[in-house]
Amino acid sequence: MNKKAIQQIIPWVIPICFIVGWQLIAMNEWVSTQLIPAPITVISSAFTLITSGELLYHMQGSIVRALIGLLIGGGIGFILGVVNGLFKFSYNFTDTSLQMVRNIPNLALVPLVIIWFGIDEGAKIFLVSIGVMFPIYINTLHGIRNIDAGYIEMSKMYGLKGWRLFREILLPGALPSIFVGLRYSLGIMWLTLIVAETIATTRGIGYLAMTAQEFMQSDIIIITIILYALFGKLADMLARWGERRALSWHESYIQ
Amino acid sequence: MGEPSLHVLEDRSKEKVENSDAVRINLYHVQKSFGEKVVLQDISLEIEAGQFVVIVGKSGSGKSTLLRLASGLEKPTSGDITFNDIPIKNSPAKATMMYQDSRLLPWKSVLNNVGLGLRGNWQAEAEKTLEHVGLLPFKDEWPSKLSGGQQQRVALARALMHNPSLLLLDEPLSALDALTRMEMQNLIEKLWLDQKFTALLVTHDVREAIKLGDRIILIEDGEITLDIENEASRPRSFTDSSLTLLENNILERIMNA
Repeated sequence: MNKKAIQQIIPWVIPICFIVGWQLIAMNEWVSTQLIPAPITVISSAFTLITSGELLYHMQGSIVRALIGLLIGGGIGFILGVVNGLFKFSYNFTDTSLQMVRNIPNLALVPLVIIWFGIDEGAKIFLVSIGVMFPIYINTLHGIRNIDAGYIEMSKMYGLKGWRLFREILLPGALPSIFVGLRYSLGIMWLTLIVAETIATTRGIGYLAMTAQEFMQSDIIIITIILYALFGKLADMLARWGERRALSWHESYIQ
Repeated sequence: MGEPSLHVLEDRSKEKVENSDAVRINLYHVQKSFGEKVVLQDISLEIEAGQFVVIVGKSGSGKSTLLRLASGLEKPTSGDITFNDIPIKNSPAKATMMYQDSRLLPWKSVLNNVGLGLRGNWQAEAEKTLEHVGLLPFKDEWPSKLSGGQQQRVALARALMHNPSLLLLDEPLSALDALTRMEMQNLIEKLWLDQKFTALLVTHDVREAIKLGDRIILIEDGEITLDIENEASRPRSFTDSSLTLLENNILERIMNA
């Protein structure tokens, strides 16, 4: 076996041992299968959920919430970051307030949000939006403010101003930092959603987990946990892919 | 990859060069201070159109400030600066600047850096300009893939794309190695001879000043203390003993001040 093949296998050694051990524990009933179902049971329940269309239905529910929340919260965070990065007045006017709100954990708002929005979609989207807004705000602001003043002076000398200055200099200059914010936000997005969906809902991965808890279906709970892991990984992969494409000029990505 | 050889520009005179006219610069009792600190005191100076003027002086003497005033990036605390008798801010004359660092935008390709700020179909012209600085094969590269000397050549191409009536050079060669610097000096000289813009160069390097300048101005503590014409024929070589003598005189002057 050559070196490259070994390197590709090594990351998977622990997960495979984990699953084999898990199967052994379940098969020999060292622990009740009600508490720890066998991996094979989990796979077959997953298969049933998929073929019945139930899984897709709940996944759609969660993904739509996540994306709408990201779009609204991320959009607001980005716009605030740009405006505060460019205009001193707006920065002085809003930044202190934003920093105060930022320090409230968004999940502390859950009771209030339920009173305001009920247990509707609105409540979950609101919580996700609040959660993702601040990392994107802070990193956009930081990105815009940290652009080399030399680039801006030079670009003005070459006649760039207004929208062109923003699109050709400020935005690309801030982009690496904005992507850092985005990737951080994606983590918060899933975290918020998991909690929000376990509170009160009729659709979504969290709902699936909560009903499974009531009926002691630990296999389904495990499926939902795996799903969140996969979603998180997928979102991060998408963000990294976007980063590689948008920042192909950046030293970290130049081949 | 070896650097492509520099293209000589002899035949460029036959092309139609749409160059705006070189500009004559006048400074009238210009004074500049930052807070309490007076950086330039009462400078009056006339720079003829198309002249290559080099400003030398020690660090902190105010020479870079003088250049920034001439670019319009900074305003004098008192006094006036005019281009062809028109105050800078109303002047249609175009000034471009080369800095010590190339200031190429890392997120634009070499070609797009050269065309920065232009509208319409500038691509063909930009490719031609890149060819003049010997870097056409690199037009689609990211700037960070280029060597320091190549980056400065791209910056030069970018400055020339705007057909400047005034080219300001703020120690653009000081970060380059000796051989690359000599190549760049030749290139700047050729392009200047060809396009006849007014050039204002700030440098530490007295030899560079003598190689390029029609006129060499020494600034010490915010004042002009030496202003000499240099009429030696171009291209200049330091095998010419009169140039070596001039170099020694200026150096001695700087060191003894």
